[in-house]
Amino acid sequence: MKRNERVGENLNQALHRVMESHEDVYLIGEDVLDPYGGAFNITKGLSDRFADRVLTTPISENAILGVANGLALTGNKPIAEMMFGDFITLAFDQIVNFSAKSVSMYGATHLMHLVVRCPVGGRRGYGPTHSQSPQKHFLGVPDLHLFELSPFHDNAKVVEGMVELGKPCIFFEDKVLYTERRHQGGPVADLFSLEFTGEDPFPVARLFIEDTDPDLVVVAPGGLAQRAVDAARELFLEHEIACEIHVPSALYPFDARLLAEPVARAGRVCVVEDAPPGGSWGAEVAHQLYSTCWDSLRAPVRLVHSADSVIPTALHLERDVLVSSESLGLALKELAQ
Amino acid sequence: MTLTGQAPSGTAPAALGDSDLTSLLMIRHFEWKLLDLFAEGKLNGTTHTCLGQEYVPVSLNPLLTSGDFLFSNHRGHGHYLARFADPAGLLAEITGREGAVCGGVGGSQHIFRDSYLSTGIQGESLPVAAGAALHFKRAGLPHVAVVYIGDGTWGEGSVYEALNIARLWELPLLVVVENNGISQTTPGSVNMAGTVAGRARAFDVDHHRVTSNDVRHIRAELAPLIDRVRHQHQPLVVEFDTVRLGPHSKGDDTRPAREIEAARARDWYAALRAEDPERFDRHDQEQRELIAGVAADVLARPLVAGETA
Repeated sequence: MKRNERVGENLNQALHRVMESHEDVYLIGEDVLDPYGGAFNITKGLSDRFADRVLTTPISENAILGVANGLALTGNKPIAEMMFGDFITLAFDQIVNFSAKSVSMYGATHLMHLVVRCPVGGRRGYGPTHSQSPQKHFLGVPDLHLFELSPFHDNAKVVEGMVELGKPCIFFEDKVLYTERRHQGGPVADLFSLEFTGEDPFPVARLFIEDTDPDLVVVAPGGLAQRAVDAARELFLEHEIACEIHVPSALYPFDARLLAEPVARAGRVCVVEDAPPGGSWGAEVAHQLYSTCWDSLRAPVRLVHSADSVIPTALHLERDVLVSSESLGLALKELAQ
Repeated sequence: MTLTGQAPSGTAPAALGDSDLTSLLMIRHFEWKLLDLFAEGKLNGTTHTCLGQEYVPVSLNPLLTSGDFLFSNHRGHGHYLARFADPAGLLAEITGREGAVCGGVGGSQHIFRDSYLSTGIQGESLPVAAGAALHFKRAGLPHVAVVYIGDGTWGEGSVYEALNIARLWELPLLVVVENNGISQTTPGSVNMAGTVAGRARAFDVDHHRVTSNDVRHIRAELAPLIDRVRHQHQPLVVEFDTVRLGPHSKGDDTRPAREIEAARARDWYAALRAEDPERFDRHDQEQRELIAGVAADVLARPLVAGETA
């Protein structure tokens, strides 16, 4: 691991590694060739090294996924890049009706090795059609697995795990994370210890304060991790409220049983995400927590979302809509009382 | 460009071989049997018969190899039977009984066997077939990805995305359009501006129109063109000017009687019978009995056990 490596570089290296070690991995998407290397530079260097397996396409998201499906069907392991997560709506049919259903709708199990990479989220001023977090729209599709990029996980493992899963995967990548530093070991924000629970290659990152019983458990996917850490640090230093933060790699299917032990100690849980309310990932996690941790909950599971709104372009308006460490901190403080 | 095939010679063609006659009639009687079973209340769901279009997959069958990936659509019984001659497996699939080729999960429109796959979403298979064609080209395999679509499928954007890519990347993709002039209940005149040929031309993709329903003529026309797809990796659209004799699904034919009559007048069945009635009737009876036997056997089987995870 390079010192001060950025998350985007780590992901880029993970793609290099997986294309090196698997001759059947393709990378397909718009503007992915060098010297550009994708709209966020995540595919940089790949086409120079693997020219015949890096395919730049017309602006045809449906066909990008269709071609990827055809490659998967004939035994390859394609990775498709959506330039912006919002555009995945144009490929919804291929993902839901072909990638996912083909696994089981023909009576036997047909493995589909397919990864769809999806830069998501706001905080960049890109506006309503380039800032969405569309995770919720893909929840609960049989055989479709959802993952999220995080600053704590080793992407080489995660990418390899998705490529080898044999079920179609969508990898949601908060685009702000690309330029942020990966966590390099040692305490997080000079306060939290980090350990991993659950199974490789998709463990859950657990951030906790040594020798302190948590007052709250915060479940935050990778895109929210830094905001959750900032809010939790503030809460501890200013109000002596201790949070334990769980950052899963796998969003769906999600196994809430990993949370049972910390929830039993804290009794209060908050699930945070960047999507607007309604039919959300947080609600899915909350439902599972009610089912598995009912006896130990001392308050309703608190959901924190962005506002029920499109994502405005002007930064000051966008700030009012998306989750911030301040708004999350307020919600956590309320939950703790 | 629009390709011209070899013009059929003026001499009377050689008699159609037994296996072709068998294949055509097997599909015809299979589809008739399905409509009967529906009328008797023995089938549920939906099924789209290819009555009138049987000669399309039968013509193509010997021009394709078992390595070629065939993508079929919602009206695919003929495509399946021309390739596998497996009426029992298909009927078991449609009725959810033991021996079903896809465990009863897929039913009429969702079949996957070897390198044959069908699905019920219009146009979805085109980019998928482009992906399979890309695989063949990169792996150095002399295979073609064949995708059956209807005239109505040209309403879907995925068709154009895939044609564009197939031409840009020079993929061995064969698009077979069964243009029967009607999409469910909507005539082509209400569905399509311009022509299939014009749309292919816009993407610089070769197009060939087949007006004959004679298996022998069609093969002579198409053999060199499909060779070109296979060995020169040029995508091709072959458009069959054909007729749908039956309803879209079961009892939903809204066409005026004279239109259905006009379609019947173009049926290959009568034309082929006229060539040699005695021989035709013998084969016809044989397939009628074979399919009746298959239906009796399959419907007597137990239902497939569900195996949902």
